[in-house]
Parts: sequence; C-alpha cells; structure tokens
Amino acid sequence: MTNPSPRDLFPGALEMMILESLRRQPAHGYALVLHIQQRSNNLLQVEEGSLYPALQRLLKAKLVKAEWGVSATNRRVRTYQITASGLRHLEQQISSFERMFQGIALVLNPSDSPAS
Amino acid sequence: MNWMPAIFRRRKLYDDLSEEMRLHMEERIEQFEREGLSPIEARRQARIAFGNLALVQQRSREVWQWPTLESVLADLRLALRQLRRSPGFTLAAVLTLALAIGANAVVFSVMNTFVLRLLNVPRADSLYALQHANKASGHQSYLNYIDLRDRNRSFDGLIAYNVSGAGLDTGGNPTSSWIEEASGNYFDALGLHPYLGQFFHAADEHGPNSAPYIVLTYSYWHTRFQDDRSVVNRVVRVDGHPFTILGVAPPEFHGTLMFFNPDFFVPLVEDNLLNGDDMSARGSLALFETMGHLKPGVTPAQAEADLNSIGAYLQKTYPKEVGKMAFVLRRPNLYGDFLGRPVKAFMAGLMLLTTLILLAACANLGSLFAARAADRSREVALRLALGSSRSRILRGLFTEAIMISLAGGALGLLGSVVLLRALGAWQPFPGYPIHQAVDPDAMVYIVAVLLALVSGLLFGAVPVRQVMRVNPYEVVKAGTGRIAGQRTSARDVLLVVQIAICAVLVTSSLVAVRGLARSLHANFGFQVQNTMLASTDLSMAGYSGDRVPAMQKRMIQALQALPGVEAVGFADTLPLGTGLNDTIVFSDKTSDLRPSNATADAALLNVSPDYFRAAGTALLSGRSFTWTDDKNSPRVAIVNREFARKVLASGAAVGQNFKMKDGTRVQVVGITEDGKYNSLTEDPVPAMFLPILQSPSTSTQILVRSSRDPQILGPAVRSALHQLDPAVPLDIETRDKPMATLLFGPRMATVALGVLGAMGALLSITGIFGMAAYSVSKRLRELGIRIALGAQRREVLQTALGRAFKLLAIGSAAGLLLGILASRVLAYIVYQATPSDPLVLGGVVLAMALLGLVAAWIPAQQALSVNPLALLREE
Repeated sequence: MTNPSPRDLFPGALEMMILESLRRQPAHGYALVLHIQQRSNNLLQVEEGSLYPALQRLLKAKLVKAEWGVSATNRRVRTYQITASGLRHLEQQISSFERMFQGIALVLNPSDSPAS
Repeated sequence: MNWMPAIFRRRKLYDDLSEEMRLHMEERIEQFEREGLSPIEARRQARIAFGNLALVQQRSREVWQWPTLESVLADLRLALRQLRRSPGFTLAAVLTLALAIGANAVVFSVMNTFVLRLLNVPRADSLYALQHANKASGHQSYLNYIDLRDRNRSFDGLIAYNVSGAGLDTGGNPTSSWIEEASGNYFDALGLHPYLGQFFHAADEHGPNSAPYIVLTYSYWHTRFQDDRSVVNRVVRVDGHPFTILGVAPPEFHGTLMFFNPDFFVPLVEDNLLNGDDMSARGSLALFETMGHLKPGVTPAQAEADLNSIGAYLQKTYPKEVGKMAFVLRRPNLYGDFLGRPVKAFMAGLMLLTTLILLAACANLGSLFAARAADRSREVALRLALGSSRSRILRGLFTEAIMISLAGGALGLLGSVVLLRALGAWQPFPGYPIHQAVDPDAMVYIVAVLLALVSGLLFGAVPVRQVMRVNPYEVVKAGTGRIAGQRTSARDVLLVVQIAICAVLVTSSLVAVRGLARSLHANFGFQVQNTMLASTDLSMAGYSGDRVPAMQKRMIQALQALPGVEAVGFADTLPLGTGLNDTIVFSDKTSDLRPSNATADAALLNVSPDYFRAAGTALLSGRSFTWTDDKNSPRVAIVNREFARKVLASGAAVGQNFKMKDGTRVQVVGITEDGKYNSLTEDPVPAMFLPILQSPSTSTQILVRSSRDPQILGPAVRSALHQLDPAVPLDIETRDKPMATLLFGPRMATVALGVLGAMGALLSITGIFGMAAYSVSKRLRELGIRIALGAQRREVLQTALGRAFKLLAIGSAAGLLLGILASRVLAYIVYQATPSDPLVLGGVVLAMALLGLVAAWIPAQQALSVNPLALLREE
C-alpha cells in the first residue's frame, strides 16, 4: 500500500490495548475505537479499520470471544469479551512491556538511572 | 486436522466480519451526521477515518487462512539454499535414500505383480482354482472334472486345462512349442473375446479327438506368424496331425498360469491324440488345474462345501479309483499354494528386509540430521532471538528433510524402473516359456512416494527435540561445542539400531549363501557330473505303439557306440525334472485296494536297463533291469530304501512283493539309495523304478555318462541320433542345466539377500563413518590438548573412536541375534539354510569388524594427525 499508516507502535501493542479495554468491559468494535482514542487523549491516531485484523488475531488465539447482540442504544452489534486465557496473556504482556519501557527509559535518560 | 468444517466455518467468519465492518461504518456515519455533516460528507469522513476498507478486510481474513503458497515457496527456497551449502551431505543423503527406496520399489513391484495382482481376465476377483485340501496340487482326472463341472451349483462354468508340449508344423518346419490343452468352455467361461477369428466352444466337443482346432496366443501369432491376419482357418500340423487355426486370443491374455506363456490353445478332447493320456480312466489325474468364476452371491466357503459334497459322492460311487476328495479354493495365478505359498512367504520376507533397509537409511539420515542441527544450533539460536518461532524453524528443517526424501524417492524409483524393465525381459529358463513382465503400476508409484514422505518425516523428526531445547541466550553466550556433553544421545541409539539392522541383513545373506553352497553339493541320489542329457518325445515325430521301444533301443545302441561313452540309459522322467509321476501303492497284505488304504504315495520312474549306471545312482542290493524285463516277463521293480522301509516287510527287501493301484503284484528285484525326486528340500520320499519295456512311454530322457568334453560329446550325440531319424526333435544339454532351473528359487533368494546384505553393509559403513567423523571433528581441540600433554596414539584412538566401536559391538550383537531368528524364515526357501553354523557366525562378526575398521579409518587418521599447536593458535 502507498499509505503507510502509523497504526502500531510495535507488534502486539494494539492487541494489548484492546485486551486492556475489554478487561474493563465487553465492547463492540466501534466502541473499542472510541475508547482507545479517548483514553490515549487522541495521541494514538489509529485508523479505525486496523482494529479488525487485530481483533481477528485475538479471536483466533481464543484470547477474546465474540457474540452478536443488541447494544444499549438498540443497535445490532458484535460484542467482544475477554477470555480467561486472554486475561493471563494480558498480564504477561503488561509485565514484559513494563520491563521494556523501563529499559528504554533508562537508555534515554541515563542520568535517572538508580545504579549509576 | 479437520479441513472440511474449517472451510465452512471460515465462510461464516468472513460473513460476520463484513457485517460487523458495515455496521461500524453505519454507526460512524450517524455520529458524523449528528455532529452536523451532510450525509455525503459524513460518509466521506467515515471512510477516511476507517482507512482502506478492502485492505482491512483482506488483512483480517488472512488471519484465518493457511500459510499461503508464498510462504511455502519461501520455505522451499530457504531449504534449497541450505542444502546447496552442504552438497556432500545432500548427495550422501539423497543417494542413501535412493538406494533404500529403489530396493523397496523393486521388491514391491515384484510382489505386486506376482502376489497382489489378479489374473488378467474379466471379473478376476471371483475366479478361483480348485486345490486338494490335503495337498498343494490341483491335478484331477478328466471324468472327475466332468462330474464336478456338471454337478456343482456354485460356478459359472468350471474350466480345466493341461500344460503340454507339442510340435507345430506350418509346412516343413516342425518346432516344439508349449501349449495349454483347454476344456471347450475355457474362453467363454473366462469371459474372453477373440482378438481375431474365433475361439473353440463347449459345443465343439464330441468325444475324444473331435475338435482339431487351435487358438494362437497374441504373442505367438506376432512372433511366429508376423501378425498375418490370414492365418485364420489355415490348417497346420500339430504332432503330425492336421489342426485348423480358429483365431487369436487377446493380447493381454497369456493363459491361466501367471508367468507361463503358452504358444497356443488346443481343446482338451484332443489330449488323447497328442499325449496318449487315457482320459476315460477316473484314477488318472491327467488334468493340471480346474477353475471357474463363482456365481454372484456365492462365497468361497459355500462353493467349497458344494464341491466337497460332490467329492464325497464320487468317493462313494467309485471307491476303487477315488480317494478322499476335499477341496479348498485358491487363486489360480501361482497354481494355488504350490507356488503361491513359498512365493508369498519369500516376498513377504524380502519386503520385511527392504523395509529394514529403509529404516536403517532413515536412522542413518536421522543421525546426520541431528548432527547437522547441532552444528546449526547457533544459527537456530540467532533466529529465535530475532523473533522467529520454533515452529517456523522446525518447518524449515522438515522442508529440507522432505525435499531430500522426495529427491531420493524419485531417483530410487527411476533406478527401479530401469531394473524392472530388464527383469521383465529376462527369460530365466531357456526352453521354457516362463517370463513375466513386471511393470510398475500406479500402486508402485504411490507406495514409493508414500515411503519417501514417511521416511522424510521420520528422519526429519529426529532433531525436533534438539531444536525445542535450544536456549537462544545460552547458545549465543557460550558459543558452539558445549552441547556434545550428554551421555547417550538419540544419535547413539539410532546408530545402534542402524548397525543392528545392517547386521541382520549381513547375517541373512551369509546364511543364504552358505545354504546355497551346501544345496549345490548335496546328495541328490544321482551324479550330475560327466553326464549329457538328450531329451525328446517320440510322439512329436509320429511314433506310437511297438515302434516306440524299438526306436528307443536303437537310440541307446547308437549312443553306446560313440567313443568314450561309459553308460547310456534313459527314463520317461528324471528325478528333480518336470512332470515326475507318482502313484499310490499297497503292501502285499492289503486286499481292499481303495485309495484310502494305500500304504504310500511313491515317485514313479520308468527306466531302461542301464539307467542306474548312466545316472550314477548306486544300486545297494539286488540286480538292475535287463532288456528281458518286458511285457512277457513277470512285473518287477527297483525301489529306494525309503520305499523298502515304508511298504515292504522287514528283512531282506529283494524278493518281496507289493501291489500297484490296479492290484498287480510286483516283485522287488533291487534296492537303490535314497535321493531327491520332487524338490531339494523334501524329506526322504519313497520311489520306485519300473522297467520301461513293461510300461512304455514316448517321453525319452537319455542320459549319456562320459568323461569327454561336453563341447565335443554334445554334437556327437546329436548327429548319432539325427542319423536314426531326422524328424525327432532333440534337446541336448549337460545334466546340470535343468538342475539350474531347480536351483532358480534358492539362487534368486541368495542374489536378492546378497544385494540387500551389501546394501546393509554400505549403510553401516556410512553410519559409522558419519558418527566417527563427527565425534572426531567435535573433539579436535580436546584431542589436541591430549596429544600436547603426551597421549599415546592408542589413547588418542581410544578417546576418539572408543564410543563408535562400543556402539558397533552392541549393534552387531543385537543384529546377529535377530538375524539368527530371521534365518528360520529363510529355511523355507534356501535349502539347508541354518544359522547355527560357526562359519556364518564367524563371518558375521568378521564382516562387522571389517566394516567398522573401514568406516573408522579416515576419522582415525584425522584424529591422529591433529596438530595441537595449530589448533591452540586458532582459538
């Protein structure tokens, strides 16, 4: 594609954000987009469509499950829900990403390093 | 993996996805409209916000798809690159597999042709031959056949045939040819249609010699008549009698006995004219085999019950001529169990051994692959560290394995096709129309490809555990070389298995070779050396009645007059020859001469006075026959020791009497040594010799004993006989020639096992070499240090190769043990194949030790030539 979208920061980031949102409450695709944009204060400008391949990957890995239903606003929606293994996966990811962020932060700001 | 549900489920997944994305757009558009955009603008903005709809859809769908063709191609390219980087390894692996799969393809093709495939006639699956329940034989008398044919309710026409020789004369050129004498319903019941002209039918038979017709086989029509379509209705002479050529059989049909290819078919009712058999004697088992198609819905068991009730009826009605008559149904291809059982046993054994070869090859390649994976552990670790998944790496390894196995399979198959072509064109028995094309069919190709794939998966799976265990961090930190620390690796086990298999093969082939060598020097009960054999059938030259013995006497006299000839004698059939007769006999005391009371079933040979001296059969007591033992003198016989033991009363055998089937009393005048009559492997068989003048026969097998060079003696015999009557067809050969026919089976078995043994030896060499070379190269540094510290050559070798030799010893011992067990199967085919033979045992041990030495030679040199200085500098 000619249009290199600035969607993922690194592989797995979008999935992690989706799982995190779903942990708070089940949601359908549109609501997920809104939620992620709001929570990131619109810093993460994600193309709405890029959500769907990520959702399919999560579905395939059985980290989330989907069900057709009717929303509070009386719309026909496909609602996603995090599974038990999704929860476990999310926790692992978060802890490993936190370590990574720490590492990156140390490299970027060596003066803050407690060791030196 | 469930493919079908996956495909249906995927459709639903795609539908859900499209619907979901459509609803997403709808919701976004409504949102924009609520914010005050025009419907058109709202739609536009919603699209921009969503991104490329088609691309999103495609990416989402890809999640559910199989790895695409592209990624498979990428795997293939990578595997090719890896293999090209080590051409020696690739070549060795492909050749090893080509040998193993080629051997399997050849053996399977032969088994497919002889054992698995049915006769080439319509509805072959319902075609069964009648075999006597107590004996692997289908012989039957003509009258019994007629009763069986007309009284059974299970067969769509029961046919019968006989194999025979006849002289065919199309005008001044009599040649001896092979024929099938077939019942009138033969072609119709088999469901065949003529290629040219027509067949004979049941309606053509009106008693003895009423149907002087012949039907040519396609190949005989092709070679003898050059595809001449005008042969139909031509009159030719068969054994001097006029016969009309009715037609030509279809190309794919060559008789009802698998590898026997007759030249033409003659109605069975002509047998009396051609062979002089007495078709009206219920006790004379003149027919070779009977068979038929089962009626639809009739099971073989029902048909057997039906036939057995007819048998019981015949036995009750003709108690004098018919013994216990019970049948089992067998496939006709290999004459029921007679050839079928040994051939099946042999082929199954061979198939087992070639499977072992393939397994050994897989073990060999498995250890090569494991070694390769160990060498590549650094590369694997790096790829893992860079984010590749283990399954992706394993996929790469398996792709390499499968590529090697398919290349090896293709090469092996190619080689086997070439070999089989040669095998199909080969006529192992000169003078007999015995050959069989072994065409590999689709079945063979499928099996070969399957074998290749399975073996690829087998040896590809060996390094899996290794890859799964690789810890990228450890490997990258420590570098290579620290992995070879385990005590017993999978590779050691594989090597032991491989060597054991190879030792089995080496043991079997040595056992077979020894067995063959022994059977060549066994006591046959006659001397093969210094004997010429001139065989003919005087009926082919039109002799009959009293002219036959007169001519035979003249032939003997003519040959006795030749210089250097010590003895000349003849018989109607020879021991260990084709068409040997046997008959039941009764002890002198038996008065109720029904077959069930028979004392023994004895081989029967009608011989001339000087036969025993000419044949080299020792006469232990009594006298030989003379020319005065003719029809006018009392009936006499010479019997072997086994006959005397079984039939005669104890005490001096000479002078005692016994009774023939028809009640004739015969006096024993001499005793000969025991011999082999029907097969080399038989237990002692009672045999009796009758004077040829008391039971004349046109079949004449003349033995000429002389120490003269057969090259000179042969032509002399031929010209002497030719001067008597040029019309008599003659086959002249040394006595051991027809013996070669008999030893064909054991010889083939020995050749096959020899080849397999050689392959096994080759595989064990490559296996030991691979293992030794690898361990030496892994431990070069350690060896260098040992040498620097003053280790002796012996100690270096001990360190470098001790393990390889230990494994060799364990494997050989296990293989030897298994080989001895397997050899019991061999005893079936190879006469006197016994593994408990010090020469064989010693041979195996010596062979395996030699193989080990050969294989370890180069690695040993490498280990000894280690230069510690150079090595230490490198680090």
